[in-house]
Amino acid sequence: MILTGVLLAVLGLGLVGWFAARARARLLYKGRGSMHSMPTYHGWHMALWILVPALLAWGVWQAIMPGLVNGAVFADPAAATLPTDPMTLGAVMSEAYNLAADPSAAAFNPEAQAMVEPIRAAQTRFGLIGAALVLVVAIAGGGYGFTRIRPDFRARTQVERAVLAVLLIASLMAILTTFGIVASLLFEAGLFFKDVSPIAFLTGTHWSPASTSGTDISDNFGAVPLFWGTIYIGAIIAMIVAIPLGLMSAIYLTQYAAPAARKWLKPMLEILAGIPTVVYGYFAALTVAPLIRDFAAGIGMENPSTESALAAGLVMGVMIIPFVSSMADDALAAVPRAMSDGSLALGSTRSETIKKVLLPAALPGIVAGVMLAISRAIGETMIVVMAAGAAARLSANPFDTMTTVTYQIVQMLTGDQEFNSPKTLSAFALGLVLFVVTLILNIVALRVVKRFREAYE
Amino acid sequence: MTETKLTARNVDVFYGQKKAINDVSIDIDNGLVTAFIGPSGCGKSTFLRTLNRMNDTIAGARVDGQILLDGEDIYAASMDAVALRARVGMVFQKPNPFPKSIYENIAYGPRIHGLAASKADMDRIVESALTKAGLWEEVKDRLTDAGTALSGGQQQRLCIARAIAVSPEVILMDEPCSALDPIATARIEELIDELKESFAIVIVTHSMQQAARVSQRTAFFHLGSLVEYGETDQIFTNPRETRTKDYITGRYG
Repeated sequence: MILTGVLLAVLGLGLVGWFAARARARLLYKGRGSMHSMPTYHGWHMALWILVPALLAWGVWQAIMPGLVNGAVFADPAAATLPTDPMTLGAVMSEAYNLAADPSAAAFNPEAQAMVEPIRAAQTRFGLIGAALVLVVAIAGGGYGFTRIRPDFRARTQVERAVLAVLLIASLMAILTTFGIVASLLFEAGLFFKDVSPIAFLTGTHWSPASTSGTDISDNFGAVPLFWGTIYIGAIIAMIVAIPLGLMSAIYLTQYAAPAARKWLKPMLEILAGIPTVVYGYFAALTVAPLIRDFAAGIGMENPSTESALAAGLVMGVMIIPFVSSMADDALAAVPRAMSDGSLALGSTRSETIKKVLLPAALPGIVAGVMLAISRAIGETMIVVMAAGAAARLSANPFDTMTTVTYQIVQMLTGDQEFNSPKTLSAFALGLVLFVVTLILNIVALRVVKRFREAYE
Repeated sequence: MTETKLTARNVDVFYGQKKAINDVSIDIDNGLVTAFIGPSGCGKSTFLRTLNRMNDTIAGARVDGQILLDGEDIYAASMDAVALRARVGMVFQKPNPFPKSIYENIAYGPRIHGLAASKADMDRIVESALTKAGLWEEVKDRLTDAGTALSGGQQQRLCIARAIAVSPEVILMDEPCSALDPIATARIEELIDELKESFAIVIVTHSMQQAARVSQRTAFFHLGSLVEYGETDQIFTNPRETRTKDYITGRYG
């Protein structure tokens, strides 16, 4: 509470510092060439000196204050009556902290009620100390910044460095997050592989994480049916739809369509890519899947299920079309016009030129596009959750219900779960496999694209 | 005695609303080299591309007037533009070999038009085209290498060989040496001189020296119009038009 207030105070000080430093610098300004930096830069320099150290101090204090408060609370005489069992103690203390934060809440444990006052007192005390510390740092920083306002001081250069630092931190943010995700995946998957052997996980064909039967728990975590379902739906059925349609639409758009037609068709195709996947999901579940079930019944299958690999795969293929099409479009457009001119000038037709010159030349780019499309398809979740089913099954029959890696991850991590059971942890192992596969696909695809680009420069 | 191969009468070319070529009439004869010269943007390349209907591949391009190949209107409805381009070949400014082997680059055209009955036939066509283009001795041991791995000058001769392989009647060359060094340029110029025995050749060039060296007829274009057309000697030594004289003496360009 106090610390939130002091944050606003620091921001206010920064603003005041900005105006003060600029005003001071203006007094020193005696026309062109009299100062190295314009007054505004002195303002920014001063504001940075107020804000950056104070905010750092604030962050540090936020991090260490709970420990200090806790220490003070346990030193209080009221703490003598607390239970010694660590689990009960934890529950009581957490209740006491909640009571301290919310005066309207009613106490359940009398011990917790007793701790509220010491906690409030400690929080107020350390909050005030922290606020004072932050303000001192802000004022000290500001004072130092103010003394630097001299005609020959290079405030402009300093501000430029600060801009560089801000931009660098911003770009590191995404990279650090990625590392964080990988680290958490590795850590949790490591816990999983303590219980389940990686070899059984990667090669086993029996997946029933909920069952507790069997002598070895590893026998219930054979993920091959999941991998197969993922590949069958995302890399086979979806690609059978997406590659020909995407490629042909790219050829039409780049080679045949009049500029006016292209102007309309290309954005319309790209709208497909903007539809939320959940919408594709219910289209698959409510429209396509029943049609496929009726078709399966029509060709004499017994008891076809409503959910099927085919329904999910077909709709996923449609979803991926704009992706394949735009990658193929880029690849075809990157083939120099001189290449097709050369072929046309030899008396070949447009389609001969496309088949024999353009497509072979654009092939690496197209292959890369397909790989990126596959990596998107196998990571796709909503459509398979809604239309593919939950049965982990090794089957080549597209009318069967199948499940995928992403579907199982959703299953394992939604609803009430114990966080340390192998069942829940298996989600992280599956996630790790998915991450590694898509990473490899992406790296290879980007390399192919890069080499291809170099060839035509 | 020369005979007329291509006849253009009152040709206008439009790109959308813009008129790029204005009322050009010209006769191009067999067995010699005709050069089109003129400053950049004068329409000489545009006009060249009307002679094998390559302008058809550009959206919004339109041609008015009449162009006859051996007396046959190439813009008539009955004329197949694709078949026409097999009779009127073209070599481009930048060498543009296909990303295939040397052999496949040459075999591409003959294969499309079904000119070879057997593998041996095709080998003969490839060898003869490469020989005529003066490239056979240099590449006969590496026909399976990529066409793009050759030097710039060799690539351009490969493109000429590729054009020859479909036995055209006319070869159009759009500044074929502008991307080449002087030695490679000299080779191509020698080649053009030999080829004129078998084909009518039209060459667009930026270099007046090149026009003077390789051509027997020269046409000077300016601002989309044909200013003067005549024997190369006469154009360079005794131009009738002041604009031609100004251009060849370097007053503008």
